[in-house]
Parts: sequence; structure tokens; C-alpha cells
Amino acid sequence: MSGFFTHKNKLLTPIAETGHCGLFLIRMIGSIRLELGLLTGTLQQIYLIGARSLVIIMICGFFVGMVLSLQSINALQQFGASDQVSLLVGKSLFRELGPVLTALLFAGRAGTSIAAEIGLMKATSQIEAMQLMAIDPVQRIALPRFLAGLLSLPLLTAMFNAFAILGAVMFSIGVMGLDPGIFWSKLQTGIYFGKDFMGGFWKSIVFGGLVSLVAVYFGYYAKPTGEGVGTATTRTVVLSSVLVLVFDFIMTSFLI
Amino acid sequence: MKDPIIRIRNVSFQRDDRLILDDVSMDIPRGSIVAIMGPSGVGKTTVLRLISGQLQPAKGSIEVNGKEVSALSRRQLYECRKDIGVLLQNGALFTDLTVFENIATPLREHTRLPEETIRERVMAKLDSVGLAGTEELMPHSLSGGMARRVALARAVILNPKIVLFDEPMTGLDPIARSTISRLIRETNDQMGLTSVIVTHNVEQMKKLVDYCYILATAKLIAQGTPQELMHSDDPAVDQFMNGKVEGPISFRYLPGKTDAGASQSGS
Repeated sequence: MSGFFTHKNKLLTPIAETGHCGLFLIRMIGSIRLELGLLTGTLQQIYLIGARSLVIIMICGFFVGMVLSLQSINALQQFGASDQVSLLVGKSLFRELGPVLTALLFAGRAGTSIAAEIGLMKATSQIEAMQLMAIDPVQRIALPRFLAGLLSLPLLTAMFNAFAILGAVMFSIGVMGLDPGIFWSKLQTGIYFGKDFMGGFWKSIVFGGLVSLVAVYFGYYAKPTGEGVGTATTRTVVLSSVLVLVFDFIMTSFLI
Repeated sequence: MKDPIIRIRNVSFQRDDRLILDDVSMDIPRGSIVAIMGPSGVGKTTVLRLISGQLQPAKGSIEVNGKEVSALSRRQLYECRKDIGVLLQNGALFTDLTVFENIATPLREHTRLPEETIRERVMAKLDSVGLAGTEELMPHSLSGGMARRVALARAVILNPKIVLFDEPMTGLDPIARSTISRLIRETNDQMGLTSVIVTHNVEQMKKLVDYCYILATAKLIAQGTPQELMHSDDPAVDQFMNGKVEGPISFRYLPGKTDAGASQSGS
């Protein structure tokens, strides 16, 4: 990792690190206190890492919806089934693409920012100063960011899906001239709340937790140097992206 | 020596295969200003980190205010730290908070004072370090000396019994050094604190401190008042106090002998 374990056996390092990350998560959860400071800190972080990621999420969602409907119409036309495009786009988005792509964008936009911010606080001795003031940095720094990530990602996924549907509507109806009534009725009758919508919702909560846990963990244990902060941000985006895809497969196999 | 508030007894500290402190004992008397001096990288900052419980000694005991620091749980250690203010080398101000919020942070965390009282106490502290009117500034707009004074105000806002200073004058111009030096003396005497200062600045220490400990090659080589040390016959003390190149303290790197101040953070 960014400097905590130095096992000579390379195989043991990731195992030890996973265990250490698990203990860090338990320590974070154990430090939850129902107090105003945690609420305001979490809301502030939701604004900083959630609300400020909105623009990129909306733009990407819009174009993903457009390209998805373009590919779907192109493929479905061969079978004379282009009126099924909204169903294909909707199922792909709600079940897979919405949560996964939002999580990957969130890892790149917010995960790196969290890791770099905490790493820099460590490099400039702010974390140490906090410990010396008898303030638990896990409670004050790591926990609000973790909770904000956990709560923000489902909301961002909803925005991504909404703008992707908008993109699909504009391309399918506006450009390709599909019938709006058929488009909306297929979407309404073919998408199920439990399997499609909630399946994606659970995924986005797990992905939000994973990305923000990886980010706060690597930031918190970054080496207090410029290189250490750089390594922490790189490892955050790489590991959280891999974990999102791995957990997507695991969750899909249970939810399908 | 009168009633020590910090007792360090036969402490050894090692990192990997490097012995950083070897059987070091010190007493810090209540109400005094004590300097821990020595060449760079000798383990002075490590002593501060042992006192504040960030590091654990391999051997020996460290008693702060009657409590054995190494035996405390994390919760007890945090409780103990409420009586210890620390001024780190670079000030370590929170970069996303204003000067006012930086100083108010310990009050907001550890007291339930009304906002009006917090404001009064923060403004009084800012005034006492000569920085009234800077409360809305962000740390990046402060000079090094001003940042150090804000950090001093933050370190003493909870009225601690002990304040630890890690190289408080490093990197400051002569006027800022004298200002910090005067503020340390005034704060110590007016608030009845005990101050421990880690430094290698001999000139400032001669004017400021009551008692000195000198570390070299992992050992405590001398102790006494600045005047006693200035007139010491010990060649190592004479070399350090008078800045001589030739002498028993080597400026070369000696593997396995000493280490610079620790960089890892504990609990």
C-alpha cells in the first residue's frame, strides 16, 4: 500500500492490507456519534464530492444514453424491432451501466480528490495536529467523507440514469423519429421496480461505500510526502475501479 | 529539582535497527521552560512524540502529569492530551479553516461553551499573540511567523498544563524569532504553564529557557542552566554550544546510530 505494510512475502501484503482496511472500516463505524458535527461535516462533503460531481455525471449520462440508443436502434433494426429500444436502453442503464459508470466516474472525480486531500493533510501535519489536540481524525476527517460517498453515489446514479434516458429520448424520438408513445410505454411496462431499479440502487450503495472506503483509507495511510500523495490517488482510482467491476459481477450473480 | 510534571526514566527508543534514544532520563519541573537541544536528527522530536504518546518507548517509562503515557488506552491518551498543547514545526494550521476557526477548533471539540464565549476567548488569545484583526484570514495568507503565532494561540486555547514546542523558531526572521521567544515566555509565566522546547538554536535558548538537556549520539550528554552549559568543560557540549566543526559529535551519517525525528503518526 502507500506505506503501511512491508511484508517480504508479496503474497501476504494484499491480504494483510485487506484486513487492515477492514479494521479501518470498523474503526470508522465505531466512531459514529449522533451529533451535529457529524451531520454538518457529512452534508458539507456531500456538497463537495457529490454536488460538485453533478455536471460531469450529467454530461456523461446524456451521451451514454445517446450512444446506447444509437447502437441499440442500429442492431434492433435488423430484426425489425427498433421499437424495443427504450426497453433495452432502460434495462442496460438501470441494471448495469448507470451504477457502474457512475461509480467509475465518481472514483476518478471524487475518490482521487478525497485521497489527495487527506494525504495532503497528512503531509502538512494537519492530521498529527488533530491527534495532538485530542481530536480523532478518523471521526472528523475520514468518517464524513466515507458517509458522503456512500450517500452521494445512489443520488448521482439516479441523475446519471435520468440524463441517459433524456439522451436516449432526444436521439430515438428527436433524431430517429421513433414514436414517443411506444418509447415511453415500453419503458414503463418493461422496467420493474424490484429487479431493475432496486438492483441498481443496491449496487450503487455498495459501490459508493467501496470507492469512498478505498479513497479515505489510502489518503489516511499515504506517506507524508508529495510522492506518497500521488501514489495514494493513483492507487485509489485503480483499486476502486477494479473493485467496482469485481463487485458488480458478484452482485449481479445474486440479483439477476 | 522541584516537582517534575514530566518524568522520563531510562527511556530507549529504536526504529528498525537504529537506536535513536539510549537510556535517556529527564525531569521537566512544573512551571519552567526547558529546552531539549542537540544536533539535527539526534532524536529531539522523538522525545516530544514520546511525551505526547505518539510513539511508545522500547524501554523505560514516561510519566506526564502523574500518568504513565505508554500504559494509556487511546481514549485515556486523548483525555491526557487535553492538558498538553503542541506547536508543531510548521504550525500545522488547518488550511481549509480561517484563523478564527483554527483557534476555535479545540474549544468546539472539547467544550460546550456558547458561541459568544468562544468568540471572546478566541479574540482574546489572538490579541495576546498580537494578531487581532486577522481572524478572517486564511492560513495561506499568513507569513511564517504569523502562522506560528496563530498555532501558539491554538495550542494554549484550552489552558493546558504543558506546551510542547517543536523547533518553534526554525525558518523565521530575527524579529519573528524574538517575537515568538517573548510570547513563549509571557504565555508560560502568565498562564502558569510548563514549556518543553525542542531546538538547536543556542542563541535564542540562552535568553529564553530555565534549563537545558543536550542529546547527542542517542544519549543525554549534558544538562543544566544555559549559563552552566556555556561554561561546560565537556568537549561535546563545548562543540555544540559554540558551533565547532571539530569535536566528538560527528556531522557524518553513521548507520545504525541515530535517526532524524520520526515521521509516522500514531493514534
